[in-house]
Amino acid sequence: MKYIVCIKQVPEIEGVKINPETGTLIREGVKSIINPYDLYALEAALQMKERYGGNIILLSMGPPQAEEALREAISYGADEAILLSDRAFAGADTLATSYTLAQAIKKIGHYDIIFCGKQAIDGDTAQVGPELAQRLNLPYVTYVRKIELKENSLIVERDLDDGYQIIQITLPALLTIVKEIGEPRVPSIRGKMRAKKLQIPIWTAKDIEAKEEKIGISGSPTRVLKIFSPPLRERKEIISGSLEEQVKTLWEKIDNILK
Amino acid sequence: MLYPLTEEQLMIKEVARRIAEEKIIPKRAELDEKEEFPWDILKEIARADLFGIFIPEEYGGLGFGSFENSLAVEQIAWGCAGVATAFAASGLGAYPILLFGNEEQKRTYLPPIAKGEKLAAFGLTEPNAGSDAGGIQTTAIKNGDYYIINGTKQWITNAGEAEIYVIIALTDKKKGPRGASAFILEKGDLGFSFGKKEKKMGIRASTTGDLIFEDCRIPKERLLGKEGMGFIIALKTLDYARPGVGALAVGLAQAALDEAVKFARQRKQFGQPIISFQAVGHMLAEMATQIEAARALTYTICKYIDTNPKDFTKYAAMAKLFASDVAMKVTTDAVQVLGGYGYMRDYPVEKMMRDAKILQIYEGTNQIQRNIIAQILNKEYGKQK
Repeated sequence: MKYIVCIKQVPEIEGVKINPETGTLIREGVKSIINPYDLYALEAALQMKERYGGNIILLSMGPPQAEEALREAISYGADEAILLSDRAFAGADTLATSYTLAQAIKKIGHYDIIFCGKQAIDGDTAQVGPELAQRLNLPYVTYVRKIELKENSLIVERDLDDGYQIIQITLPALLTIVKEIGEPRVPSIRGKMRAKKLQIPIWTAKDIEAKEEKIGISGSPTRVLKIFSPPLRERKEIISGSLEEQVKTLWEKIDNILK
Repeated sequence: MLYPLTEEQLMIKEVARRIAEEKIIPKRAELDEKEEFPWDILKEIARADLFGIFIPEEYGGLGFGSFENSLAVEQIAWGCAGVATAFAASGLGAYPILLFGNEEQKRTYLPPIAKGEKLAAFGLTEPNAGSDAGGIQTTAIKNGDYYIINGTKQWITNAGEAEIYVIIALTDKKKGPRGASAFILEKGDLGFSFGKKEKKMGIRASTTGDLIFEDCRIPKERLLGKEGMGFIIALKTLDYARPGVGALAVGLAQAALDEAVKFARQRKQFGQPIISFQAVGHMLAEMATQIEAARALTYTICKYIDTNPKDFTKYAAMAKLFASDVAMKVTTDAVQVLGGYGYMRDYPVEKMMRDAKILQIYEGTNQIQRNIIAQILNKEYGKQK
């Protein structure tokens, strides 16, 4: 089995502030981390590797420093990593990103399962996974929480708000993973040592034969007009009167809700 | 940094710390309450390669030493001394094979221990042989190509959970301690069974129980070293393991101090955080200083062991003695700093205090450690004339 896990390096969300004038993220001094949902995707791939054997390739598109994220992900037990990095990739929306990833995966060639996190914590679109499947003409299931291999297909559980679906999907396939797959393991010492030494190839637009008009800002029809923090919805109500009256009013309200 | 670490040592410390933070602390109260063996956590520790730290690479380990192992034990104990005991006891079972095993024994038994696929355990204590280990009564009688083992080992850490056991039994009763030998036992050997799981005051995530041998017949190739070497093997094993108890004590004490300082900074009485009261502040200062002294002693001795000295019995005893006494005092004081809260199970310090007590007892009581140190002093000064 050959697995590909897509990894995105994102700013640690707690540290991010928005410049109120420009509406853009202030990235200076903010720590970069692996998108937490991608760690669940990696955990899913590692569980599959443990049970059925195989090889895990990590794939990330980003600036040169995204190599750190790939090295960290290697320490969890992945085998290889490829960084897609080129100035021409910059400013990509989900459409350009999925195109770029798809081109790279075509170059990788053979694979059985592609794992993505359900979404990234910075953009929160949850679009790249399904778009990527579409571009590669693969069947896919989103919000996967459990995976079993059955001959040349997978039986997966898809997590929904009010229950779950059991879906059979043929291989090769793409899955986006939710945290119910299990908490990510801790990196191993051998993994950390490997991560330190591993050569990570960098593929440019030319390497993956990407069309200029489909990558980066030119391949991105999305335009961000404004970023703002939504105002908190205020729903509070102050009950006044004597203590007995307050208790009575409060009880009536609770009673109404209970009815 | 007070203790500069190499890149590899830093990795070991960080990985063990993450396991403590992410995998142990969220579950430690439940494991303690239910007296549940932490298989999930040990699996995590195994996957992270920590079971093989001090086992040579040719036997599936990482090929580091006592110091690196102690760094891991300290961090795991910072999370839970019960989990750390289960972890360290597997090392205790591995040491005699590593130190005295022949090539075939090492090739057979060390790789699964290093990978954490199998736990190991060490069995010396018996109902009538605690501090007086010379009083063991378990026998191993040679019969052709086999040894027949009879007897009971008591209070053995990882009993029933481990797959590989090293035990000490008498091959020649007449010779007393010189008639003792060490054997490798496997879970599943015919005539080898386990007694009841003990109910303990602390380290309740670890399992303690009896090993029972009733006409247990094992091939003669399971003998470790030579007949009559049993006590030499046991004492050398304990020499290697005792600084590990020191590291465990340092980690536990550090956890208690961390809780106490955090609490003392937040808890307000008489209008101010209680850390600003000298009575509390001095207590914390004392705790922190003692921990640093215990850590310095433990690290120094572990690093000394890694230079392969001929004899380090005295120093190993000192590390175990000093650090475990510190852990008992610091955890008790942490409960005091937290006051009524500290006594409640909602806070982790009462567990830490219960856990600390065993460190003064197991792997040789602290009274025995003082005996060992005093005897060696007597010998050393006797030679100087």
